[in-house]
Amino acid sequence: MEKQRYERPILKKLETGMPGKFGIAANLPPSTHIDGISVDSLVETYGSPVFILSEKTIRSVFKKAKKAFTTRYPKVQFAWSYKTNYLNAVCRIYHQEGSWAEVVSGFEYDKAIANGVEGQHIIFNGPDKSAVYLEKAIRNDSIIHIDHLDELYTIIELTEKCAKRPKVAIRVNMDTGIQPMWDRFGFNYENGQAWDALNKIMHFGKLELVGLHTHIGTFIMSPQAYGVAAQKLADLTIGIRQKYNHTIKYIDLGGGFASANTLKGFYYPGSDTNPTFDDYAEAITSALLNTQFTPDNLPLLILETGRALIDEAGYLLGTVIANKRLSTGKRTTIVDIGINLLFTSFWYEHKLTPARHYSQYTEATTVYGPLCMNIDVIRENVNLPLLNKGDHFVVHHVGAYNMTQWMQFITLRPKIVLIDEDGTAHVIRDNETIDNVMNMEHLPPHLK
Amino acid sequence: MKLKENIAISDSGYLFNPSTGESFIVNPLGMEVLQFVKKGKSFEEISREILTRYNVDPITFEKDYQDFIHQLRQYLLIGSDE
Repeated sequence: MEKQRYERPILKKLETGMPGKFGIAANLPPSTHIDGISVDSLVETYGSPVFILSEKTIRSVFKKAKKAFTTRYPKVQFAWSYKTNYLNAVCRIYHQEGSWAEVVSGFEYDKAIANGVEGQHIIFNGPDKSAVYLEKAIRNDSIIHIDHLDELYTIIELTEKCAKRPKVAIRVNMDTGIQPMWDRFGFNYENGQAWDALNKIMHFGKLELVGLHTHIGTFIMSPQAYGVAAQKLADLTIGIRQKYNHTIKYIDLGGGFASANTLKGFYYPGSDTNPTFDDYAEAITSALLNTQFTPDNLPLLILETGRALIDEAGYLLGTVIANKRLSTGKRTTIVDIGINLLFTSFWYEHKLTPARHYSQYTEATTVYGPLCMNIDVIRENVNLPLLNKGDHFVVHHVGAYNMTQWMQFITLRPKIVLIDEDGTAHVIRDNETIDNVMNMEHLPPHLK
Repeated sequence: MKLKENIAISDSGYLFNPSTGESFIVNPLGMEVLQFVKKGKSFEEISREILTRYNVDPITFEKDYQDFIHQLRQYLLIGSDE
């Protein structure tokens, strides 16, 4: 006689509370496959944990974003935000789709060059640009987004040395009606700092002022804030034309669009409630079209969105290490994915799904990572099916920041695999070995 | 170990404790174990029965059984060992 499938016995206390107007499914469907490849076979082949990226999703989300803007505004350019995910394979997909590179460090600048991006299509952002890299950017005709006056004066010094006319923009921070107001990047709009910097550039005369940039924040849930930002940059653009008869070529609204992740503290899933590309596009392009710009002098609109483009394409596959209970009786599950790999679990309620079918019974569970640290919590409270030791699961929407901000803490970083549009898997970053780490260390003679 | 006599159990796996007003649900295997406990069967007897019919190893079942009993005890659905 064939034995029946086992599912551990559970007892679940029924809690009554205030009913919500909209129900949320208690039991999410399993994620058995990613782009046609079974999760179990991916784990078997590449180990656990392992990051998986879907090229098909990367390209389709990019096309969706591009369509949202280009159907509303005639001149749009995306610049891939390297810091969001600077794996070469990922960057090259975005460059194939037509994105420029937006970099914030010398390291990222070199990566963009190595990825074949033309110097003039690299936007150099960030507060820390060394003189060496500023010179490199000037010689390559890259666009430098000036963050502070010290940087402006360094560029002015380099102008003589390079005998070039650097292409620059200033970074403008401003009140867009949201909190927190990011005022650490660039020059303030309201108190006149921005005009002060623009006047210095225009009077010096040896820099080519090509654009205006802002980065109003991150995971902005209010598209209208971008409308305010676009309006204020348009005012500066028109003011410069009136005062200096100089045309600003582009307005760069930076990044900060929300992805489909759910921020901590939000009740309904981000996939249902967060603004869409169309929402952002409508706010930004309406603001620009409703200014004094005539159709023949509309500035190019540059967007540096990163998170909203790549989050959905990233998955992190993991394995259950153990189940146990806290002193309160609360179920906890320990998994092999910790905050060392899933940095974004500090601010998202990441969607977790099992890799196979279970019954409809679920338990409220706290999911801990494998680190010997109390802060290593992946989900404080999530309804999970009755996972057993060794079962696989999938963390969704992890494409942004986790593969750049991950930590080599007490263990080694895993492989990253890209599934191409034909459904073939490619390792695009090897797992670390202990030699990678040990080879960078040196012992003083008396400790050998 | 005895299930408290006033605990009401429906065939569909719904439990009601009239002393506290609390309600619970159990899954099908939980229901089976609960019925065995109600009949006063020992762990060895229950384990033998479950291992014969379900695809589970003895160690896993013992761990899950202890966890289940612990839950029953935590919610005051069973009395202390007599």
